[in-house]
Amino acid sequence: MNANMSYLDGNAAGGELSKIFNLDLTAAEGQCANCGATRRFADAHLYVDCPGLIARCASCDHVLLRLVNTGKRAFLDLRGMAFLKLST
Amino acid sequence: MAGTEVLGRVTWRTGKVVSLRDETSTARTIAIEVRDWPGHVAGQHVDVRLTAPDGYSAVRSYSIASAPNSDRRIEITVERLEDGEVSPYLTQEVAIGDELDLRGPIGGWFVWHVDQTEPIQLIAGGSGIVPLMAIIRSRLASASNARFRLLYSLREPAAAFYKDELQAISIRGESVILSYAFTRITPKDWPRPASRIDAALLSENVWPSHLSPTCYVCGPTSFVEHVAGLLIAAGMDRGRIRTERFGSTGEHK
Amino acid sequence: MAIISRGFSGRRSAGEVKLPPGQYLTTDFPVLSAGPTPRISLDRWEFTIDDGTNVMQRWDWNSFRDLPRETITVDLHCVTRWSKLGTSWEGVSFDTLLANVKTDLPFAMIHSYGDYTTNLPLKDLLSKQAWIAFKYDGTDLAPEHGGPARLLVPHLYLWKSAKWVKGLTLMKDDKPGFWEGLGYHIYGDPWREQRYSEE
Repeated sequence: MNANMSYLDGNAAGGELSKIFNLDLTAAEGQCANCGATRRFADAHLYVDCPGLIARCASCDHVLLRLVNTGKRAFLDLRGMAFLKLST
Repeated sequence: MAGTEVLGRVTWRTGKVVSLRDETSTARTIAIEVRDWPGHVAGQHVDVRLTAPDGYSAVRSYSIASAPNSDRRIEITVERLEDGEVSPYLTQEVAIGDELDLRGPIGGWFVWHVDQTEPIQLIAGGSGIVPLMAIIRSRLASASNARFRLLYSLREPAAAFYKDELQAISIRGESVILSYAFTRITPKDWPRPASRIDAALLSENVWPSHLSPTCYVCGPTSFVEHVAGLLIAAGMDRGRIRTERFGSTGEHK
Repeated sequence: MAIISRGFSGRRSAGEVKLPPGQYLTTDFPVLSAGPTPRISLDRWEFTIDDGTNVMQRWDWNSFRDLPRETITVDLHCVTRWSKLGTSWEGVSFDTLLANVKTDLPFAMIHSYGDYTTNLPLKDLLSKQAWIAFKYDGTDLAPEHGGPARLLVPHLYLWKSAKWVKGLTLMKDDKPGFWEGLGYHIYGDPWREQRYSEE
């Protein structure tokens, strides 16, 4: 569905997200707040350095998560996910 | 422990380059000794950071090629991209004794644990072979009897990484079944013309879907999307397909 | 303490040029995207100016291309620290686009195809400071660089030069756009190194 294949996937966000959470989110299942698709975070389409990090739903391209790391602080927007299911 | 997402804190560590080995004319395996290495699971990656004297820095992710073991030493295999920023340095400048900043190990999904017993289907596109080689090495170094198949898609025979090791594995035969697909140039007398993987090639070279294998697909983003689509069309359960995308040029350069 | 990598300089070239603080010179043109490249057909393209209630101006591709245009050479400064100097563009000035817009609303929110937005004071779009650009380096602007048309406002960090531009909404208050709402500076002057929001 996306002719422009320049994205990475949720696996590549592991390092940046680990700065904030003591968790690896890549195996977590997340539900897209827009289309309801529930998929592993590793499958999200990841756009990096743009100038933050954005994970988009692989089904509908809606923004799942945005992260800006200024060096001093991190800003995280998780509104695009209805939930994240993690095993502890 | 299998499948847990809880990690130790992922921090920057310092590693020292202890050996270099050319895999092809453009790719090199770098062995790095990391004194505080916490261990890793096959399929995980590290982030490597290079810093110029004026403070400019660049970070790139590289899959760990070596199997988990108790050594404080890991290997990464880096392919040089023509317009890359980090890969030319790692494949041409780095010397034995140099130190590197590394963060990791990272990854909780695209991993294989030795206690997984189901059949495993590995599909590599180009440099996507690296984490899959770690998985193969991990399988062979363990007591696991899980059935493994690897389909390795390449432009041409000279582009293959780990040639001797894979050849030795395929001669042994029973533990890992190996097949190749060539997209531009085939070896002499190859039964199939060079082409992208298609449904027919896949059906001849992967585990049938009724065995419910777990599939690991790694390579450039367009390769992964294409192959994942073919696997689903062939009846593989989407939830059993794990993917790792290296971006549009085969690597986040 | 970062290890300094012997012999590493990255993709940059040396030179005695004055750059905004914290920037490095680059000779290539990195493509940074927050999402998939929108594919906009020219017979669907339009640019509108509204005040939140009424559409005040609208151009389709043909009427937009009939407007007076100019070629400009500008420097680009990306908040990810690369700067590219002497880039050549062709576009329509916002002085032209706003010529018949009478308003006392002082701020603008720029909208792109896709879901990107960015905000700036209206006066930063005027006085030869901003264009809608449709050619880069003499050829039609490529989709990955924002084609068919993007905003170009080079005196601010490049995230403000929204790709795939489709409209401008005039606002009474300065409301943050896509990145400004998540830690990036509301204004973004590279010469005062306004990368992130003050805190």
